[in-house]
Order: sequence, then C-alpha cells, then structure tokens
Amino acid sequence: MELLMASGVGVLTMVGVYLILRARTFPVVLGLTFLSYAVNLFLFAMGRLAVGRPPILDPEATGYTDPLPQALVLTAIVISFGMTALLVVLALRGYLETGQDHVDGRVRSEGDAP
Amino acid sequence: MSHMLVVPVVLPALVATFIVTAARFDLVLQRVFSLASTAALLAVALGLWLLAGDGVPRSYRLGDWPAPFGIVLVLDRLSALMLLLTSVLAMLVALYAAASFWDRRGRHFHALFQFQLMGLNGAFLTGDIFNLFVFFEVLLIASYGLVLHGAGARRITEGLKYVAVNLAGSTLFLLAVGLLYAVTGTLNMADLALRVPTVPEADQALLRLSAVLLLVVFAIKGALVPLHFWLPGTYAAASPPVAALFAIMTKVGAYAILRVYILVFGDAAGAAARIALPFVLPAAALTLVVGMTGVLASRSLTALAVWALVGSVGMLLLPLGLLTEAGTAAGLYYLVHSTLTGAALFLLADLVARRRGAAGDGLVAAPGFVEADLLGGLFFLAAIAAVGLPPLSGFIGKLLILQVLAAHPARTVLWATILVTSLAALVGFVRAGSTVFWKREPAAAEPSHGPGDRAALCAAAALVAAPMLLAAFAGPTIATMEATARQLFTPSVYIEAVLGPARLADEGTIQ
Repeated sequence: MELLMASGVGVLTMVGVYLILRARTFPVVLGLTFLSYAVNLFLFAMGRLAVGRPPILDPEATGYTDPLPQALVLTAIVISFGMTALLVVLALRGYLETGQDHVDGRVRSEGDAP
Repeated sequence: MSHMLVVPVVLPALVATFIVTAARFDLVLQRVFSLASTAALLAVALGLWLLAGDGVPRSYRLGDWPAPFGIVLVLDRLSALMLLLTSVLAMLVALYAAASFWDRRGRHFHALFQFQLMGLNGAFLTGDIFNLFVFFEVLLIASYGLVLHGAGARRITEGLKYVAVNLAGSTLFLLAVGLLYAVTGTLNMADLALRVPTVPEADQALLRLSAVLLLVVFAIKGALVPLHFWLPGTYAAASPPVAALFAIMTKVGAYAILRVYILVFGDAAGAAARIALPFVLPAAALTLVVGMTGVLASRSLTALAVWALVGSVGMLLLPLGLLTEAGTAAGLYYLVHSTLTGAALFLLADLVARRRGAAGDGLVAAPGFVEADLLGGLFFLAAIAAVGLPPLSGFIGKLLILQVLAAHPARTVLWATILVTSLAALVGFVRAGSTVFWKREPAAAEPSHGPGDRAALCAAAALVAAPMLLAAFAGPTIATMEATARQLFTPSVYIEAVLGPARLADEGTIQ
C-alpha cells in the first residue's frame, strides 16, 4: 500500500507540474487541480497509513487512526475547489476579453504597462 | 482571558457580511460601515498595542479548547505592531478609495476590503501554522477579488497569473505543513518550538525539507527574487487603492519568516536551527538589486512605485535575514517605513494620473495640470523617504541596516549593494519627478475639484506624513522595535503564554 500511495502522489505531482508549465490557461487549470489532488493524498498519508481503524472514539476499536489529517484534507479540498472554480471563470473571462488564452503574456494586448 | 484579541478578526468578518447582504445596493452605507469598521479596528489595534506593551504575550483560546489541541490566537509585541500598521494603512486607503470613487468602478469593493483585513489580522494573530495557511487563503481570496476590481482585459489576464501563482504557493504550503505534522505531530507554533528539537535523526531530512518548503512559500508571498515575477504586473494592473493596501501583503511574507524561523526553527531547533540563514540574505540582496534596477527602468509613476516596493522588500529582509536581535529591530523599523511610503507612492501616482488626462502617470512631458506644485511637493517628500535621503525615516532605516550589516563577513558586498542601489533609486526618482512636475506648461485649467478629491488628497498626504513622524519620533520608535526584537528572541515567554508554565518546565526536564 505504501508503494501505491507514494507512486500515486508522485505521478499526480508530475502530471500537475508538467501541465502548469504549459502556455495556455486550460492546461494550467488542470495542472493546479492535479497538484491539489496530489497534496490531498499526501496530507492524508501524513497521519500514517492504517486500514480499518476508526478516527473517533469507538468502544470496540483496537486502535485509532489520526483524525487531524482528515480534517486538514477537508479544509484543503474546500479551498482548492473554490479556487479552481474562480480560476476557470477568470480563464474564460480572460479568453472572452482578449481573444486569446496565453498565460505567459507573449501575445500582448494594447495598453500593457512594462 | 480578554476577548479583545479576537476582535480584529471577527469585526471585519461581520462588517463584510453585513455589507454583502444588507448594504448591497447602497454605496453610501457601504462606505460608512467600511470606514467605521477601519476606524474601530484602528482603536482596537491601538488598545492591543498598549496591552502588548508590557512585554507579556497573551493567548486567546478559540472555543476555550486547551492548547495545543485547540486553535490559539497570540498577541505579542510583533503581532500588535503589525496589526497597528495594517489598521493605519487600511483606514487611509479606505478613505482614499471612497473619496476618489475608485470603489464605484466595480461591485463589492468594501466587502472584499474588509475580508482582506480579516485575513491580514488573522495571519498576524494566529499561533497555529495550519491556521496561518487558512488566513493566508482568506487574505488571498479577498485579494483575488480586489485585484480584479474595476475589471478590464489587463486586470483579468494579470489576475489569472496572480491566482495561478498563489494557488501553486498554497499547494507548497500544504505540503510543508503536512511534512511538519508528520514528523512532529503538532501544528501549534509554540508546541512545534518544543518538539522540533526532539525530532529523531531519521526524520531530520523531512523536517528540513518542510522548513525549506515553508521558506519558498513565504518568499512567494514576500516577492523575493527569483519568486517575484507575479508582483510587478499584478500591482501595476490593480487599481491604485488596492495596490496601496497590497503594500502590506509582501510584509506578511516577511512577518511569517520572522515568526517561523525564530520561534520554530530558531537557535534551539537542533539540526534544523537557523535553516533559513543561507537563503534569505542572498535572495534579499538580489531583490534589492532587481527592484532598484526596475525603478531606474520605469516608464510610469505606478511602475516606479511597484519596483520601489519590490526593492524595499529586499532592503528589509537584508537585516531580518540575519536572524539576530539587532537585525530584526532595524528591519522592523524599515518595514513600517517602507509599507507606508510604498502606499503613499501608489496614491500619489493615481492623483497625478487623474489630473493629467491623456498622459496619465507616464513619465512624459505633458501640458500642465492643476495643483502640480502641491502634488510635486508631496511626491518630493515621498521620494526622499523611499530613496532614503536625510532627514526622513528612509535614511534612518538605511543607517540602522548599514550598522547592523557592519558585523557581517560579507559586509563590503552588502554595503556596496545597498549604496549603489540607493543611487539607482535616487536617479530613477529624480528623473521621474523632474519629467512629470517640471517639464510642463503652466496650468491652463482652473482648479476644479469636489470635496471628495480633497479627502483623497488628505489621505495621501497623511501617508506622506508617516515618514516624517517616524523620523521625528525615531528614538522611541527604535526603542519599541528593539523591545519587540528582544521579545521575539526570547521564545520561552511565547511558549509559556500559549502552553502554560507547567508544560514548559515539563519539556525542559525531558530534554
């Protein structure tokens, strides 16, 4: 399971970083989404990997898993979800206003300051 | 337990919610509540600053959960200073935004402004590193809205980059926090300070990785070279009052570096102690060079203000990056000075641009404009402060920084960097001022200004007065900064305030 988890995080990060470095907005948005998936998985594993253990008090439990990373992941998911939505809207609006979707600013519109 | 500690976070949150829901269509009501809220925040920040003046940090347990299980807000001299600085800046900027009608160019300016203040105040007060992440997000989310205020193609494209960079930064922040939790099992900063020294040898690599990742995140926030690329475009595209408020945003990065690398990864942190030391100083020197070169190359007053702001972050992180008591005191003095001066430059650039019509704030000769002499005088004072000429506070700040760096092995290089970049900034500002204010024909138009314009001018003038006050009261101010630095370098008082004396003594015997 450790290997699966670690390589999962690794592959997601790799895909995310590759996509972020693209020059168009859509791959960048996707890349950030992949990165946030990777981070969520990573945070989840921070409380150590355990199978079939409850995070909250249970009289029949033999052991517990750490509940804090789960709370952290929940917060991180909410924030990254909202931010991705904003980014998509911004990317669309930017495309509609400028007629192009380059992020690196090579194709400059009029009136740009240095 | 004084509930006053939580007011700087709760008050703007309530006011913002009220503005969004009840005062949605009434700009006058929005302005009244926004200004009243910033004035109340100023009073509270002043009260907290006086409270923190006795040198005893105070902690506020949210929901009364005992630390380190619950989240704490901590008030010490440093956070009180940052709160006070934020509220002074916020009040003047809010006044300017209302008086210059910038808040009319889009919707929800005042609500976003209040949420931004909530995030800033929370980031300065929190004593929990995950909570620091959450407040960073609060202030960033509000800032995304503020950057886009007024819309337009340029703001949208710059805003998109700003959001993307900061999302990547947040991802790194989460990675760092996750690593820190994995090796220490806590996220409370005071608790971290006790646990980091006891991290076993096998986990040291992870711990150090986390420390360095955090530094990258704070460097993105503080716009340290080479992570400064998001700043110039975003700030130049943002509306001037927003850019003026954002003068404090880069200082949040500086604050976080101070807090984390002195308290958590301080002298006592074992193998991870002073881990930030080799990185911050060279990056700060580079930032200073890049910023002041930018000043030299600027083609508009706004660009000038932006690059001066970039340079000022480098300048203030030079002494802070030493991670010594004397360096911190000098850096804090420069921090206060550079925030207020930077904001003043943005507002003055806007006041000039509004009067010059087609020429805007570009550094080109243009027909005369009303009150050119008054604005020229204000710009002159702000430029003296920003460049660091006597007698204003920029000079005193730079003198303190030069003094502190005198003991550093690389003294010659650092001194040369500071002095040469100061010269570059001087040339840049002189060129800008003489082009805009001297190369003009006498004003043809009659002064035509409403009461709003007067108030806007007063807000900008008040910001210009700040360096004068800082210079006039340099003695007491520096004494306060030294007390702040002393408290910062005595982490035991902070830990005791959060976890109680028993826990501190307990851990002391274990080691």
